[in-house]
Amino acid sequence: MSSAAQEFLRAAAIKSVDLGHRQTIRRAIDHYEAAVEHTRGRFNDWEAARQRCHEIKWEALNHLGRYLVEFEGRVRARRGHVFWAETSEQAQQYITDLALRRGVRTVVKSKSMVTEEIHLRPGLERKGFKVFETDLGEFIVQLRNERPYHIMTPAMHLTRSEIADLFTEKLGGVDSDDPQGLVAVARRELRKAFFSAEMGVSGANFLVADSGMVALTTNEGNGRLGTSLPRIHVAVTGIEKVIPRIEDLAVLWPVVALSGTGQSLACYNTLIGGPRGPNETDGPEEFHVVLLDNGRSELLADAEQRDVLHCIRCGACLNACPVFRTIGGHTYATTYPGPIGSVLTPNLHAGGQFRHLPFASSLCGACTDVCPVKIDLHHHLLHNRRNIVGSAKGPMSEQIGFKLWRWAMLNSRRFAFLSLLARVALRVLYRLGLEGSMIDPMRPWTKVHAAPRIPGKSFRALWREQHGTS
Amino acid sequence: MKKVAMFIPCFVDQLTPEVGLDMARVLQRIGYDTEFPDAQTCCGQPGFNSGYWTDARPLAERFVHVFRSAEVVVCPSGSCTTMVRNFYPELLARTTLVGEAVSLGRRVFEFSEFLVKVAEVSDVGARFPHRVAYHDACHALRELHLKQEPRELLRHVREIEFVEMPYSEECCGFGGTFATKFSMISSAMGETKSGNAESSGAEYLTSTDPSCLLHLDGVLRRRRSRVLTIHLAGILAQTEGPGGPARLNPAPERS
Repeated sequence: MSSAAQEFLRAAAIKSVDLGHRQTIRRAIDHYEAAVEHTRGRFNDWEAARQRCHEIKWEALNHLGRYLVEFEGRVRARRGHVFWAETSEQAQQYITDLALRRGVRTVVKSKSMVTEEIHLRPGLERKGFKVFETDLGEFIVQLRNERPYHIMTPAMHLTRSEIADLFTEKLGGVDSDDPQGLVAVARRELRKAFFSAEMGVSGANFLVADSGMVALTTNEGNGRLGTSLPRIHVAVTGIEKVIPRIEDLAVLWPVVALSGTGQSLACYNTLIGGPRGPNETDGPEEFHVVLLDNGRSELLADAEQRDVLHCIRCGACLNACPVFRTIGGHTYATTYPGPIGSVLTPNLHAGGQFRHLPFASSLCGACTDVCPVKIDLHHHLLHNRRNIVGSAKGPMSEQIGFKLWRWAMLNSRRFAFLSLLARVALRVLYRLGLEGSMIDPMRPWTKVHAAPRIPGKSFRALWREQHGTS
Repeated sequence: MKKVAMFIPCFVDQLTPEVGLDMARVLQRIGYDTEFPDAQTCCGQPGFNSGYWTDARPLAERFVHVFRSAEVVVCPSGSCTTMVRNFYPELLARTTLVGEAVSLGRRVFEFSEFLVKVAEVSDVGARFPHRVAYHDACHALRELHLKQEPRELLRHVREIEFVEMPYSEECCGFGGTFATKFSMISSAMGETKSGNAESSGAEYLTSTDPSCLLHLDGVLRRRRSRVLTIHLAGILAQTEGPGGPARLNPAPERS
């Protein structure tokens, strides 16, 4: 078992019994689900919208090379720079080198999961840059020195009063836990950062091939400030974010807003195609796009799981997942938590540490049901399990266990006889009150369940008594 | 008389035989001749779900052989039905049995699905004078798309008080080997489900899947809950008529 797997079990055990956590998350997700339910009514046909999004992403991924090159050409034609990063290290290094060369001191970031994936903030901080997260949720978790709890709602796990306490401790000037007051405190801090930063880093929700535009969605306007005030803008994103046409946004923007937050459209949807032009008054002097692979090409080569790259990072599968709601986002200890993370992470570079994640699911399928681009999430968990057992092998005891199971089940008399022995043994054990004890073979079950009632006769025995053999 | 073959999941055979007997009783009552092909063992789902597809495959092949001559197969578990209908085509994809597996999948029905969609019976003549909540088992709901069928059957039971519990579509946390590998998460999910069942004021929690109920029964009794579990077949089997008086105790024998 990897150390990440052991850490996962430890953290999951703590969070599973944390009723306060469970209640906070339930409240947040109830609120989200009510909003989604309400807004979905504004679609004439939600299923058709999902299908359309699925097809757009399918088309893009099946011609990924062509659309990426088209995007690159258009960005370069507007004096933008495009850097192809094969690994996270390369992506991080490109950005830190650029910041060093240009004499940057302060960097403002808008929310981006890819910057988490390449560990950009710690990388920049190690080189002495001051980095500010400008998305309110990200700003909060940065103050707490935590990773984002959720890919869409980074501070979902915190209550208003916890945030007020945090601001009081770290920033001062907090007079109540009223949301507007708290936002004002954050704004006061962030305005200073926006005006002093020489570099703004953003992610990208979509890369539009036919117009060479980066599509960026935020709800706080921080994305616009951070990409227009500093003299350098760097957009970092995965290669799978490209879409063929600008018209595709007509369905993708409302769908991502609905699935992400229950909105019919996010507050700020911006298209950025290059640095400030000769006759323009606003915008950065330099514009860079970093396109990250980091294992995505290998996933693209896997015809079975290729659709994982359809993901638009809306977070709907996290909200729908009863495991996520029970153990929380931090327990996963991955960039992408929840169902999409459990599917994606073992397939990314250095994913070997996270082979336990596809198994940490009850396979309920709620994720697949809500996915707006129709990724077959819970079936991919099954595929990942098969791949992991096939390549890395499970524990020896489990391998032997399943061999024995197969042997027993290949003959009905053998199965009936061995089950009878097991039932007799368990009945004796449980009559002696030894359920859950060290000699109870059902201990993994009985340590959290009342012992099952073991019947004296099996169905097949009872049936034979009533009907004779068939 | 119309004939159906019963697919009794291995753990029902060994741990909850009353579920199989109750299903047979209901099927017979509405005019079906039930047979139990006793060469059957396990459909292979535990190995399949755990990643051991090479160990599960021979069991799937065996299952196809055992049931190949059956015209219609009925199973008291949405999960095991899903295994055959939805997953055999993938598991047996590169074998010579794939065609037969696909065709068998179309002839295997979950119990409530069979009653409502195939036999077209919603009222099986049952009486159950209790307050009952229904838990949507994941495979029945999301793989077989059965939402209304069990509810329709419950609404036709005499003297029943059927209530919707909050979050009825949320997973109970069983998930096969997940329940033992990640027992802390599984039992926490079971606790959440139990709390929701209790808040509905139900005396009985029912479902189409005996595996969910086995898990929930263990969690409910552990927390000394007043809510009892009973399989849908257990409710539908109870009548006032010649079938005998209502059996309040869902298990025929307790040790």
